[in-house]
Amino acid sequence: MRHEDERKVLEEELKRWQETTLREALEALPERRKEFITTSGRPVRRLYTPLDVAGKADERLGNPGGFPFTRGIHPTMYRGRLWTMRMFAGFGGAEDTNRRFKYLIAHGETGLSVAFDMPTLYGYDTDEPEAKGEFGTCGVAVSSLDDMRILFSGIDVGGVSTSMTINSPASVIWAMYLVMAEGRGVPWAGLRGTIQNDILKEYQAQKEWIYPPEASMRLVVDTFEFGSKHVPEWNTISISGYHIREAGATAAQELAFTLANGMEYVRWGVDRGMKVDDFALRLSFFFNAHNDLFEELAKYRAARRIWAREMRDTFGAKDPRAWRLRFHTQTAGVSLTAQQPEMNIVRTTIQALAAVLGGTQSLHTNAFDEAYQVPNERAARIALRTQQILAHESGVANTVDPLGGSHFLEALTDELEAEAYRYFDRISELGGVIPAIRKGFFQQEIANSAYRYQREVEDKERIVVGVNDFVVDEQTEIEPLRVSEASFKAQVERLRKLRRTRDAKKHEQALERLFKACESDENTMPFILDAVRAKATLGEICDVMRQVFGPWEEPLLY
Amino acid sequence: MVPIPRKIRVLIAKPGLDGHDRGAKVVARALRDAGMEVIYTGLRQMPEDIVEAAIQEDVDAIGLSSLSGAHMTLFPEVVRLLKKRGSGEIVVVGGGIIPADDIPKLKRAGIKAVFGPGTPLGEIVSFFKKAGKGA
Repeated sequence: MRHEDERKVLEEELKRWQETTLREALEALPERRKEFITTSGRPVRRLYTPLDVAGKADERLGNPGGFPFTRGIHPTMYRGRLWTMRMFAGFGGAEDTNRRFKYLIAHGETGLSVAFDMPTLYGYDTDEPEAKGEFGTCGVAVSSLDDMRILFSGIDVGGVSTSMTINSPASVIWAMYLVMAEGRGVPWAGLRGTIQNDILKEYQAQKEWIYPPEASMRLVVDTFEFGSKHVPEWNTISISGYHIREAGATAAQELAFTLANGMEYVRWGVDRGMKVDDFALRLSFFFNAHNDLFEELAKYRAARRIWAREMRDTFGAKDPRAWRLRFHTQTAGVSLTAQQPEMNIVRTTIQALAAVLGGTQSLHTNAFDEAYQVPNERAARIALRTQQILAHESGVANTVDPLGGSHFLEALTDELEAEAYRYFDRISELGGVIPAIRKGFFQQEIANSAYRYQREVEDKERIVVGVNDFVVDEQTEIEPLRVSEASFKAQVERLRKLRRTRDAKKHEQALERLFKACESDENTMPFILDAVRAKATLGEICDVMRQVFGPWEEPLLY
Repeated sequence: MVPIPRKIRVLIAKPGLDGHDRGAKVVARALRDAGMEVIYTGLRQMPEDIVEAAIQEDVDAIGLSSLSGAHMTLFPEVVRLLKKRGSGEIVVVGGGIIPADDIPKLKRAGIKAVFGPGTPLGEIVSFFKKAGKGA
């Protein structure tokens, strides 16, 4: 009753303000635009008040570390431990990237994150014809166990957590990491890290697929099952909105598609016969941080709330830890401009701030030269320093969810949540995630949003500083980062030597056994591990799978 | 009878393994909205596939998009193969993440224009319109 009375008073006060103070102000100075919109094109009202926030605060927010985790998954958040500063790095051969890892560790990064080159992402060895021209250009080439060993030489793999951005061939690359650790006497039980392994968003956005969706999903669930038994601290998936957003999606689409994918993985795991509590703890997430501070914040908070509710109520997870959505964040590569690139440091700072205010568990900050190339050393260091300034100088890590309770933020969180549920309904109407992929639903939604954004920039409805306004005519000096011919030659030579010196019979048998396992219902992980131990290369292992599973042809649309 | 003017025909292609298709799709749509006939190849096209499609589709111009850094190998290869097949008149342009130093080299290799990040769509559309008229 009291609540309703308060509401009435607020409504009356607001009305009075609108009719007097506001009206006079608008008469004296009209607003700059008719409509204000977020980066995603969502209209933003002039003012938000408690009237815009429905429902009870305890149901919407709870307390940090408690259901529905809107305010964060830990009771003390960054007062207990700062987020992991994890810089995505990789170029050239394993030696080049190993040097960059050591450089970043020396400058204070706290977790590793491996970027692989295009051939590796598609399951080709460096010396295959499909790999022509692509060696090491946007990540490191890892074709064999030998490359993996060099990549991590001198790095404490028992102590560090390693994230690997690898999807279609994720189980093979993970097997190489596990066999590398085994060779160094590091027990799997203590290994910490993440394989991205999120194939659904590949069909939707990132497009690094090899096999059709069902076969790929089976490989993903194989890693869930294997990981829960043998590598319990490892996140066997990072369910990623990042690439969905980069491909053009709005914040709401990123949120909705990512969580729809997340729920699809849970269904597949349950269908395999696993208990949801046995694998849900190892599901992790990965979101984008774009320019629009409040919209991004609202997205992370809505994501936590939806996931907690769905895991508890829809999937019946009993362990409260399974209700918590843990996520990595990367600032928006797509927001970086080639024009006046130094300004990208400012953009990245705002985006990183959103991630931290949004309660991220780990963060990668992009380097300012990335509209030109994979970052050079200096640019990568500035990006890392940006995180360190946020952590140690800005004060935002001193309290939990500092913006919680902002009327605007809470209203936006509710709006994004509601929009996500509307998308879940549409996806169900299309028959679920995979049928919607086959129909090109996600792909078309994303392409439409990308085009609308670009039109807004063209029509100057949206200002991009240095691109369509505040333009200067100057030559940009970026210290180039080039992949050396010597690295390429060393890599090819290493591969040839491996093929020459390995035990041919053991190798052949391992691949034959893998072939049979792929054709059967058996978990493929043990067979992949044996193939890696027998020095089969990435390309050879993926060729076996290509033979069994066949290719994927995506619906062509734009 | 006034002959109906032939629409400008453009092939938008993604050579190599690069999966970043946002830019290629936005450009394809802008060209279509500007009244051109656009054929989009989809991902993972070898230079041979692109040249074959360009000849089959009788296009005036090809737009190649690459963000993975393989442009120096793949773009000139398309021009070379076009010439080899006697279709050197097809205009080839490129776009994507292309370091500044590479642009003059690509132009020397026969790439008529390179459109980097932030290029207005209008500029790309007028380039293709001109290229189409010259064909």
